[in-house]
Amino acid sequence: MANRRVPLVLLACGSFNPITNQHMRLFELARDHMHSTGQYQVVGGIVSPVSDSYGKQGLVLAKHRIAMAKLALQSSNWVTVDEWESQQPDWTETVVTMRYHYGRILKEYEGRAGKHMNSNGDTTTLAGPQLKLLCGADFLDTFKIPGLWQDEHVEEAVGRFGLVSVSRGGLQPEQTVHESDMLSRHQRNIFLVREWMRNETSATEVRRALRRGQSVKYLIPDSVIEYIHQHKLYTEDSERRNKGTALRPLTKQAQEPVSSLDD
Amino acid sequence: MHLRLFELARDHLEDTGQYKVVSGIISPVGDGYKKKGLIEASHRLEMARLATENSDWITLGSWESMQPDWVETVEVIRHHHEKLLEKQQNCDETDTVKLTKKRRIENRYEASSHQKRRDGPQVMLLCGADVLESFGVPNLWKQDDIDEIVGRYGLVCITRSGNDPHKFIHKSDVLWKHRRNIHLVHEWVTNDISATHMRRALRRGQSVRYLLPDAVVSYIQQNNLYSAESEQKNADVVLAPLQRYLEASSS
Repeated sequence: MANRRVPLVLLACGSFNPITNQHMRLFELARDHMHSTGQYQVVGGIVSPVSDSYGKQGLVLAKHRIAMAKLALQSSNWVTVDEWESQQPDWTETVVTMRYHYGRILKEYEGRAGKHMNSNGDTTTLAGPQLKLLCGADFLDTFKIPGLWQDEHVEEAVGRFGLVSVSRGGLQPEQTVHESDMLSRHQRNIFLVREWMRNETSATEVRRALRRGQSVKYLIPDSVIEYIHQHKLYTEDSERRNKGTALRPLTKQAQEPVSSLDD
Repeated sequence: MHLRLFELARDHLEDTGQYKVVSGIISPVGDGYKKKGLIEASHRLEMARLATENSDWITLGSWESMQPDWVETVEVIRHHHEKLLEKQQNCDETDTVKLTKKRRIENRYEASSHQKRRDGPQVMLLCGADVLESFGVPNLWKQDDIDEIVGRYGLVCITRSGNDPHKFIHKSDVLWKHRRNIHLVHEWVTNDISATHMRRALRRGQSVRYLLPDAVVSYIQQNNLYSAESEQKNADVVLAPLQRYLEASSS
């Protein structure tokens, strides 16, 4: 039975500015949940920090975010950091990053298993590897933000690959799914994981505490705290980075502007 | 997350400008406490030791856990305060220290100039809002003890949205009397990680990584600590304080 499980890789995209214990908890919760379905064997996890061109306020350089994520995941035997996305010159659509990793994983898998592939990477019942996007429940809500996602991309991310969404207290992911026709259509590809412990640690709160000189011990790994101090990373100045800049997805995907006169 | 409380408390107290927190003590309760699911003190001590290894100011106090019988919290505070004073005299330092204790956790820090024991170190009990509220549970605490803990030593209480510690203090005469000795620290980033949650996840075979230090997780696995059976420990036993005070009040 167990060997008929679908090998699954979980991909988390985000700023990781900085990576927190809560980020790593999401992976643990998702793996436990996917195993408990009896259908999947989680074989890996990937942390993919966004590139500097994302344009988010307070985003420190990718090289630092990568270094911190590596330090934090040093002790994990299944989650790794991947630099591909962060090294792209421009911001990369999440679905493009997913395609890249899926292609890579598939190749690796075929190389190892010899060629016995199915149709075309579609989610079939054959035990080819799958890649799913791991995200917090607030992520589901970003699908609704106008201009942030292209419809075909959402369709592909959810329909072709699938989502594992971990909800923190207070959010109602079921409702978000229910309220979206597209998400409802792909409901069986959306795995909702409940986190019963309320944990509101976020990178935003961690940065806030850091620039106020408050302790963040036990919220992020000691090695990351040390790195931050060494490189004096999160200050009032760094928080002002990209302030007033539009998020790259919004500008990149904006349709041809309808000749706006005043700006 | 017990250790996180110490960090929050220290930031807050030092921010008042009146205290310098010189150390924190975790004091696990003895086996005589008879709480449901309470595993042997030797294991709890070892886990606390492993967890505090990475802290340069939080230490482990094993005195309480080594007492054959359950010890009142106020006695534990007295013990650590005396120890602190002794150490102080030996070192002949001028600094003042204050110490805090929470059922099994305590914490000490230094007062610079304030209150009665202006030239001695102080000890305060560090606790969550649940401990503050437990003062209202009949027969759990002796009134004299509450008076001494709060009046003579002081409390640092970590609260979060949903708690209303001010109201609780207002409604209790003894707490109100000593309200200046109660330091309320608001935890803005809720971290609802309780030991009960942790044990539940462990006996269900779920991951507790990044909730507990790695060294503690391995220790638990090596010693097979939290299972359905261990959770049944003391299941039908009355908590030691309740037993003691109930007997006292009925005799």
